[in-house]
Amino acid sequence: MNPAVGRRKPGLTRRLVRLALILLALVFLLLFLVLPLAAVFVEAFRQGVEPYLESIRQPEALSAIRLTLLVAAIAVPLNVVFGVAAAWAMTRFEFRGKALLGALIDLPFSVSPVISGLVYVLLFGAQGWFGPWLEAHGVKIIFAVPGLVLATVFITLPFVARELIPLMQSQGSEEEQAARVLGASGWQMFFRVTLPNIRWALLYGVLLCNARAMGEFGAVSVVSGHIRGLTTTMPLEVEMRYNEYDYVGAFAVASLLALLALLTLGIKTLLEWRYGDELAAHAPGGH
Amino acid sequence: MTLELAHLHRRFAGFGALDDVSLSIAPGEFLALLGPSGSGKTTLLRILAGLDYPDSGSVHRDGEDFLATPARERRIGMVFQHYALFRHLTVVENIAFGLRVRPWRTRPSRAKIHEQVDRLLARVQLEGLGGRYPAQLSGGQRQRVALARALAVEPDMLLLDEPFGALDAQVRVTLRRWLRELHEELQLTTVFVTHDQEEALELADRVAVMNQGRIEQVGPPEQIYQQPATPFVCEFIGKVNRVELRRTGVGLAAGGWMPEGDEPWQGRYAKATAYIRPEQLSLVVPPTLPAWEARLRHVYLAGSVAHLDLYVPSLDQTLEADVASEDLSRLGLQAGRELRIAPRSAVLFPHDGSGATVDRERWIWLEPDRVHA
Repeated sequence: MNPAVGRRKPGLTRRLVRLALILLALVFLLLFLVLPLAAVFVEAFRQGVEPYLESIRQPEALSAIRLTLLVAAIAVPLNVVFGVAAAWAMTRFEFRGKALLGALIDLPFSVSPVISGLVYVLLFGAQGWFGPWLEAHGVKIIFAVPGLVLATVFITLPFVARELIPLMQSQGSEEEQAARVLGASGWQMFFRVTLPNIRWALLYGVLLCNARAMGEFGAVSVVSGHIRGLTTTMPLEVEMRYNEYDYVGAFAVASLLALLALLTLGIKTLLEWRYGDELAAHAPGGH
Repeated sequence: MTLELAHLHRRFAGFGALDDVSLSIAPGEFLALLGPSGSGKTTLLRILAGLDYPDSGSVHRDGEDFLATPARERRIGMVFQHYALFRHLTVVENIAFGLRVRPWRTRPSRAKIHEQVDRLLARVQLEGLGGRYPAQLSGGQRQRVALARALAVEPDMLLLDEPFGALDAQVRVTLRRWLRELHEELQLTTVFVTHDQEEALELADRVAVMNQGRIEQVGPPEQIYQQPATPFVCEFIGKVNRVELRRTGVGLAAGGWMPEGDEPWQGRYAKATAYIRPEQLSLVVPPTLPAWEARLRHVYLAGSVAHLDLYVPSLDQTLEADVASEDLSRLGLQAGRELRIAPRSAVLFPHDGSGATVDRERWIWLEPDRVHA
């Protein structure tokens, strides 16, 4: 019943709560993020630097790295084109089924990657809908590189579009209209006005898209067929080596993926810090 | 270059933005499209710019189909409501944009562009700010950059969408005068959209008053103000008192006052509405003439003008009158004073059977000449 006491107490409680929450977050981070990451490198170098380098130099590892880079090099540009086009359509036009398109773009986020992989097997596999026709024409998709690319494109489809849509929505289309009235052609408008305005958000989306493209396991695993040196990407190579009790080899390849993750994180942080106000997450309210 | 707009219709989902709009724009004229939000004025401007298209109707420029001309070939300069400056380009790059995107055959040389931009920077009084980005400019400076950018392409017509909307009051008045001077200098056909009647009346050669997708009246500012064509124009332009008249034994009257003179309707209508401007109320009417008995409730002094609240018991209505501040003491106008007031002029619209006004039967009534005491 004493208001003075009642007022002092929350101050102390608040400090305690804050301390507890920070501690909890730190313990959580340590346990679930830092520790596993450290473990990857510790395990990779358990027998020293020489065996580490040796296991990376193996032809299967090099082929996995090449394949991973190839898949990303195809999937990421495809999704940049799709992402920009989808974001453009979603923010610049009114049309029937706009909400449906928005939901479809998010589909890969909500569907289990294994299922997405299975769908492609069902469509293009030997027993699939188009399988026999494709086989007759000598086109191999499942258990081959095209299948890996398809599955990766599907999985990484939302990243670029999702990054651009809120930004382009908040920026509006007035500048593009101004460009048109000033005599710019469609391409000039895009390359001189639209693209510069979305460049950092686009780069951010590409970064996330790329990280996922290189790290994807589930969907790729289903369509790959695990043919060593031909259809194994880095995440698949990690798993196969692990299953063969080649721990150093598995963690060595894993460490490369971890490095990619750290690099992505670094650039992402840099982008957020330097161009935060031009990214969708911090899109300015006015003007 | 004469623009003929004929029977334009435009519907958006759910509402009609333009409803049978016809208008002719003369070369070199300064035309205001005035109306409340949703009246269709911006839609009309966007159709001229080629950013929107009517569902039906036509626009011709000197006889050629203007709607078939793509936006980029219309030779139009447009200033957007929020200026729409390219945020990633400097002031100089913004102004040069329209010249740089030209096909190389018609693109001026680098030196020519540079020269042109410098000339425009001087014209809009922004010398020295060419290297800045839009975010580093004030609202008034941004507006002038937008104007310079629009003028850089040497357009045949300038379109301005609420050009002063985003500016504070003082900058607004300065820029308004400046824009008017610029127009006199360039003699460029200019169409601007505004919801501010003061702005429209002060700036434009001609004003088109729009309401619910229709043009209510087009004319010079004095005509719009003194001879409003419809009740909407009466109420939208300036302040106005509205008094309902009923037919009595001696003619149309309202609470002790009646418009003297020959009624043009010859007794055909039982009711009418009179619109009276605040500055058109006489405050000291001799007892021999018809007038309203009124009590002065409040005096609001607003600089050179004073606004008076006058309660008229016979109408059970408060009327507003404007007088010059210096007349306050001369006429002994203090709150609580009883006055005899009557209009010097009014615009009257009769009502048909359903109670709607009959706009084409407008009566502009003026007090008969008489020698005042």
